[in-house]
Formats: sequence, C-alpha cells, structure tokens
Amino acid sequence: MLSVTHASLAFGGIRALDDVSFTAETGHITAIIGPNGAGKTSLFNIISGFYQPQSGSIHFDGTDITGMRADKRAAMGMARTFQNIALFRGMTVLDNIKLGGHTRLRSGFWSSGFYYGAARREEAALRADIERDVIDFLELDHIRKAPVAALPYGLQKRVELARALAMRPKVLLLDEPVAGMNREETEDMARFILDIQDRWETTILLVEHDMGMVMDISNKVIVLNFGRKIADGTPDVVQRQPDVIEAYLGTSEDREVTV
Amino acid sequence: MITGHYKTRYTADEGIWSTWPKQAGLVAALVALAVLPLIANNYVLLLAGQIAIFIIAVVGLNVLVGYTGLMSLGHGAFFAIGAYTTVAVHHEFPNTFPLITLLISIAVAAAFGVLFGLPSLRVKGLYLAVATLSANFIVLFLIRQEWLAEWTGGVSGTETPNAVLFGYELRSQRAQYYFIVPIMLIMLLFAQNLFRTRFGRALIAIRDKDYSAEILGISLYSHKLKSFAISAAYCGAAGCLWAYFFPAILPEDFGLNMSITLVVCLVAGGMGRTLGPVFGTVLILLVPEILKIVFANVTDGDANAQMLFSPMRDIAFGVLIIGFLIFEPMGLVSIWDRFWRFVDRWPFSK
Repeated sequence: MLSVTHASLAFGGIRALDDVSFTAETGHITAIIGPNGAGKTSLFNIISGFYQPQSGSIHFDGTDITGMRADKRAAMGMARTFQNIALFRGMTVLDNIKLGGHTRLRSGFWSSGFYYGAARREEAALRADIERDVIDFLELDHIRKAPVAALPYGLQKRVELARALAMRPKVLLLDEPVAGMNREETEDMARFILDIQDRWETTILLVEHDMGMVMDISNKVIVLNFGRKIADGTPDVVQRQPDVIEAYLGTSEDREVTV
Repeated sequence: MITGHYKTRYTADEGIWSTWPKQAGLVAALVALAVLPLIANNYVLLLAGQIAIFIIAVVGLNVLVGYTGLMSLGHGAFFAIGAYTTVAVHHEFPNTFPLITLLISIAVAAAFGVLFGLPSLRVKGLYLAVATLSANFIVLFLIRQEWLAEWTGGVSGTETPNAVLFGYELRSQRAQYYFIVPIMLIMLLFAQNLFRTRFGRALIAIRDKDYSAEILGISLYSHKLKSFAISAAYCGAAGCLWAYFFPAILPEDFGLNMSITLVVCLVAGGMGRTLGPVFGTVLILLVPEILKIVFANVTDGDANAQMLFSPMRDIAFGVLIIGFLIFEPMGLVSIWDRFWRFVDRWPFSK
C-alpha cells in the first residue's frame, strides 16, 4: 500500500533520514519507533508531503507520489494526525470532522452559496455519514457541538482521529496518538485503532513511544535511530534485537535489560 | 450542552433560522427594511443606502480577513474598481441593464482580487497588509492617469450614471433603496451559505491551521486566491452600487481612508461572523450622524459653539470605538449571541 525506498532527508549538515526503506502492508498496523530525534516525524513529513526527500522515492497505492503536494496526497486517500494536536480551534467538533470530508465532496461554489441542489444534498449526506461512521464509532456524541478548544486533551486527540477518519483514508498516519494520555485513555485509543483496522481494513502507520501499546497492536515494527533504520520485523523479533535495546537504553555490558 | 431545541432531522439541525423566535425576528427585520422608505425622509434614506452598500463591502472584507485570516488594508481599491467599471461600462454602452453592469463589475474586481492576492501566497500578517496597501495606491494611481481619463474622469472625478430598470430611472433615494437593499440581502445570505458548506469551511480551516488544512486535501494556493477573488467581488459589487447611488465619484473617495473604515467596521462588528459586518457598519456609519445631531442640539445652531464642539465629536467617536474594543473585543455580534442565548433558554435564563 505504502512504500518508502532509499529516502534521505538532510537539514543542512543534519541527516534527519539516511537511506530509509520500508513497506507498510495493506490493512496492517506498522509502527515506527525510535528514541527522540531519530527521524520518526521527519519520516511522516516526507510521507505526507510536508518535506521532500533529497533522494529516494515514495509509492502510495501503486503511484509514485514523490514530489506531490500534500493536499494532492490527501485527495488520494492519505490521512494523518499530528503529535501536537492540530485541530481548527475556532470551530466545533462537528465542523472539524466535516472538514475531513472535504476531498469527498464535489459541490461547487454557486451551489454552496445558494445552498441549493447538490450542495444541500451533499451536506446532508455528509452529516449523516459522519454521525453514523465517525461520531458514533468514536463515541463523540455528547460533544459534537462543543468548541474544540474547550475539550480536554484526550478528547481533542480523539477528535483529530475522527477528522482523519472522516476522510475514509486508505492510509492513516498517526503521530503519537497516545502521547500524554493515562492508562485508560491509552487503552481506549488502542481499541479504536484496532477497530478502524478491523472495520475498514485501513493501512495504519503509527509513531509511538508507548512500547506496551506498540508491541500489543502492531503487525510490524520499524526502528529508527539517528535517521537510519536499525530494525524491521514483527514485534517479537524486534524487541529481542540487541541494537534496538542498545538504541533505547545505551550500551550495557553489566546489566540485563528488556524493552 | 443546553440548547432547549429538539430536532429529529440533520437538515433541521443544520438550518440557520432554526427556532421560531429567530424566524419571527427575521420576518420583523424584513418588514422593517421594506417599510422604512415609506416613513423615512431623504436624509435617512441616503444614510441607509450608504450603509447597505458598505455592508456588502465589509461582508467581502470579512471573507478574506475574518474567515481566511489574511489581512488587507487595500480593499478600497476593489471598491474603486467596481465603481469605475460601472462608469466605464455605461460610457461605452449607455443602456446596459444595471444587473449586467453589476456582474461585470464583480467579475473585473474579482480578477483584480486574484492579481493583488498573489502576494498572499508568499507573505502573511503585517507584510500582506502592506502589500495590499500598495494595491490601493496602485489602483488609484491608474485611475488618475490621463490616458484613462476618458473612462475614469482622471483626477477631477466623473459623474456617474443612474440605474435604469425596465425604462424606469432610479433617481430618488427611495427607488435606489429598493434596488440596493435586496442585492445586499442576497449577497449576505450567499456569504452565510458559503461558510456553512464545503468551500467556506476550507477557508476557515486555512485561517485556523493552514498545514492541517493542507493534509485534509485543501489546496492553500487556490483557496487563498479564491478568497481574494470573492472578497474583491463583494467590494466590486459595492462599488457598482456606489456609482449608481451617488451622482459623482472622485478617486479620493476610495483611498486609504475607505480601506481603513472597512476594517474598522469589520472589527467593531465581529470578524468571521455573518452578521458582524452588518452590526459593525451600522454602528460605525450611524454613530457620527447621531453625534452630529446631538451636538447640533447642544449648541443650538450657535456658530461659535459649533466650532468648539466639532473636534469634540471626533473625540467622542474615538472614545466610543476604543470602549467597544475594550468591552466587546469580539465585536458587537457577541452581544447578539448573548441575546439569543438568553432567548433560547428563557424562562431558565439568568
């Protein structure tokens, strides 16, 4: 579904990504982990189109999308959430989620302005769609009319997921979906992610520091360190690899460590 | 969340006049607008026409500044383009139907809007404000040019045509009023609808978080330019009506002064809200007139006292504006919101 081939990205002398290649299989959850500054978010940014890699290519759904603008990639079915919530703070939860449907709507300017014909039907259909598939699914019924700025952190994260889901994406990129959440909120989020995978067979790409969740829900784990890929495989295999342990905890000669 | 209204269909929930007090208010407002010319004198109608035209322009500015979050200090330029396009069209084809002229003015202003919107793809905030400011000066500079004087009248201004609808020339303020106000209402409704559907939502998204809008598939380039085009189009329409409404125009009418008045109307009324421009424009254009009447009564026609009081009037106006900005920073529209919250929850409102 999504593959990155020999991608490199440098900011001046700093190599954020160094010859990174991986594939995210259709319908699987692929996690990208690594210590702070390993290049995980940079990798997300070249996939979603905010940065262009200096070399290498990105293929999505059979198309080479290297060099394509971010909004075009979104139109192809790529959704993402951000590490530090990027909701539209001036809007209600419902309007935020409706924006996720932007690429799926077609109604033109005049039809919208007169709220007549196509625009009216489309807006009504979008609302029904969102209510059924997103708001109900992510249990946001009670806050749909609330301004997002007034919501607690965990709910804002969930609204951001809802907005991405409203795009009906083929690939969903989640940048630290449970960062800063407590145990219960984390479990809820993990359950939602698994439900999304199950219900729509969405390909999910995940950057996360919560190792418990990563190892629990992912089909494949990719480990980055200093911009290089150091491991790639199932959770079981990856967490036993010595260089992964070393990247996370430093060299250890006299201590038994487990991740 | 308390709303006090129960709805059984999503379309009802998306409606804009969803409750009966709002519907009643709307009907009352329309009736008031319809009967005003029958009871008001020419002075009031002159003021009403001027306010209605300004509302259209401020609604346009709101599209850009309030909803898309791009600053402009040059919207007088688009106003001027609309007005002078109308003059030029009538110069070439004296019998053009007014609504056709209106559409041409809108189209020409929109085209200039795209042109002057190009800097917005690169710069934001104050830098964009300065770029749009220069647009204002460039347009007025062009209008003053000798080689365009045949159509624009150059520095000395030009007389403007009257609108002729089906053989009936709109000469009186009353006839003009019935021409302008319906156009204003339609354009206001159009803006309201735009911002509760796909396109308008995309503009608000760009204002709130541009990179987030981008990953939802919203092209920043095309939407920013379209926002400029729509915004300029509204000002162009206002300019067209302005040319029909007043007997003559001067390049100076559309200078920095007008651009800033438009911004002040918008800020006072409330940015990013449909009714903000309406309240703001009414306040900003009406208050000086009210102050004039008040001070005229106080001085009782004494010329010396009037000399003394005329700067006082400006000071009073200034103090009022500052007061509004301090006590209603979100604009007059927040008073309106409080009122409707009260009505919605009555009899349980505090």
